Amino acid sequence: MTKSEKIKVRWGFIIFFTPVFLWLFLLIVLPQIELLRMSFLGTDFHGKSGFTLENYGSFFTEPIYWLTFARTALYSILVTFIVLIIALPVAFYITKLAKIKYQGFLMVLILIPFWVNELIRIYGWIILLRESGVINYFLLKLHILKHPLEMMYHDATMILGLVYTSMLFMIVPIIGVMESLDDALIEAANDLGAGKVAVWRKIIIPYCMPGIMSGSIIVFMLVLGSFLTPKLLGGKNAMWFTEQIYNSIIIYFNWNQGAAFGFLLLFLSSLIIFIVLKLTKQELSKVIK
Amino acid sequence: MIRTLPNSKAYTTGFKVFIVLYFVFLFAPLVVTMVLAFNNSMFPALPWQGFTWDWFFGKGPDKIGIFHDAINLRSIYTSFRVAAGVTILSTVVGTMAAFLFEQEEFRFKKLLYFLMLAPMVIPGVILGISILMFSTAVGLFFENTFGWNMDMFSPGIGLVIFGQFSFITTIVTLLISARLKKFDRTLEEAAYNLGANRLEVIWFITLNYLRPAIIGAAIVAFLMSFENFNTTLFLVGSNATLPINLYLQVRDGSTPVINAIAFLLIVTTSCIAVVNLYSGSRNKT
Repeated sequence: MTKSEKIKVRWGFIIFFTPVFLWLFLLIVLPQIELLRMSFLGTDFHGKSGFTLENYGSFFTEPIYWLTFARTALYSILVTFIVLIIALPVAFYITKLAKIKYQGFLMVLILIPFWVNELIRIYGWIILLRESGVINYFLLKLHILKHPLEMMYHDATMILGLVYTSMLFMIVPIIGVMESLDDALIEAANDLGAGKVAVWRKIIIPYCMPGIMSGSIIVFMLVLGSFLTPKLLGGKNAMWFTEQIYNSIIIYFNWNQGAAFGFLLLFLSSLIIFIVLKLTKQELSKVIK
Repeated sequence: MIRTLPNSKAYTTGFKVFIVLYFVFLFAPLVVTMVLAFNNSMFPALPWQGFTWDWFFGKGPDKIGIFHDAINLRSIYTSFRVAAGVTILSTVVGTMAAFLFEQEEFRFKKLLYFLMLAPMVIPGVILGISILMFSTAVGLFFENTFGWNMDMFSPGIGLVIFGQFSFITTIVTLLISARLKKFDRTLEEAAYNLGANRLEVIWFITLNYLRPAIIGAAIVAFLMSFENFNTTLFLVGSNATLPINLYLQVRDGSTPVINAIAFLLIVTTSCIAVVNLYSGSRNKT
């Protein structure tokens, strides 16, 4: 390579590097640092602002904050499990049981609802479930119920909504892995007398582990950070942690408190992902693909 | 167990019932929403009171259809502007990032790659508030040091575009990288041997090869931007995007005009998704 060619190659590097660096530095790194900085700032009663641990302190001293936090984390784990349990047989049916000519069609059918706005999907559930909703209408018509049942604003409804909105992000990665599972493995196990449970436990689930892990991480993240579904379907007196953040920032205009909550949420999600990755010995870059 | 093995009748039927139930669960809310857009009633609920187009074309006074609903039309227009901005920005930067990570070698590449993936694991709400706080701080800095009052740092369309761009670009990068990985680099070498420079090689060879992935990524970026709520919520100014506007209406009680919007959205996005999937699968073979 001559000298002038070398310089040209570096130019190419600079052209590619600059916008990418600006994107990550200005929109990811600096804002996260600012979030962390804000979370340690506060005003004392003289109106002077300075360093304080108050914002984190109130999180631990006010039960409502950490209870919401724990509730959000536990429900997110629960939803991830429910989604996994539904997604496994669906993925199995599409990759291993359905007639091959229907496979593509079923995949498209599974994908379509998730291209639709999350708000519209939740709205659909509201129309179905509320007191004057479609399900109550039919239950009354068929004389199964005497009075309409209020199915909204329960934790169960919220979980249903969260499962519904995050389903796809579990099914797609699992299908991706399951497709490459050689049928011969299952046939061989069958010949040797393995039952269905044994085939699932010893072959299918271990083989699909990478897909299960990436699906679980994405679903967990989405559920933990969701705002619309808990807000619109969930109970009025039990909040999701993102609502807590929203209230601090938009309603009480306490940005420092909101920043501390935001950072705690970020910390929690990173921590859980880190633990899961370590436990299963996977790498983040592989999981995201 | 699987299709090549003999299965008991109960097993196959059981599985079929499960799948049918799953699809009912998947489509029930969407179908009901779409059907009720045509119900001649003031509420998005049953009983069925006859077929009407009023929630699309109604001119009022009691039923104002979507095509005469100024607030909703304005929010759709805002969403289009945001999505167009995000699509162009994220496709350009995402393509560059794909080239950077697939074809360049440099120090700290691993670290930068990790940073590029970070928006995938940062909740959208956090991205929203952190960008809001950072831009407010920058705006304050400019005002205090230079006395410039700059609108671009306060909530509004610009900030929404940057907020959505910050994580949609990661997805674009991953989609384009996936195709760039499969690119046969001997084609580039052949072009160099024939006297092309790097710019020409990228323009005529690599980008040409990447075109389906770039178009696919642009469509994904557009749809993701169009439906984004969490990040937008904190950055939006007086010009609400469609999801924000719908959220306010659903929260405060709704009319079937939302069903009409939902109908249009479901039909359009499904068509785009099907076309995208179909052309995507054709390109693979």
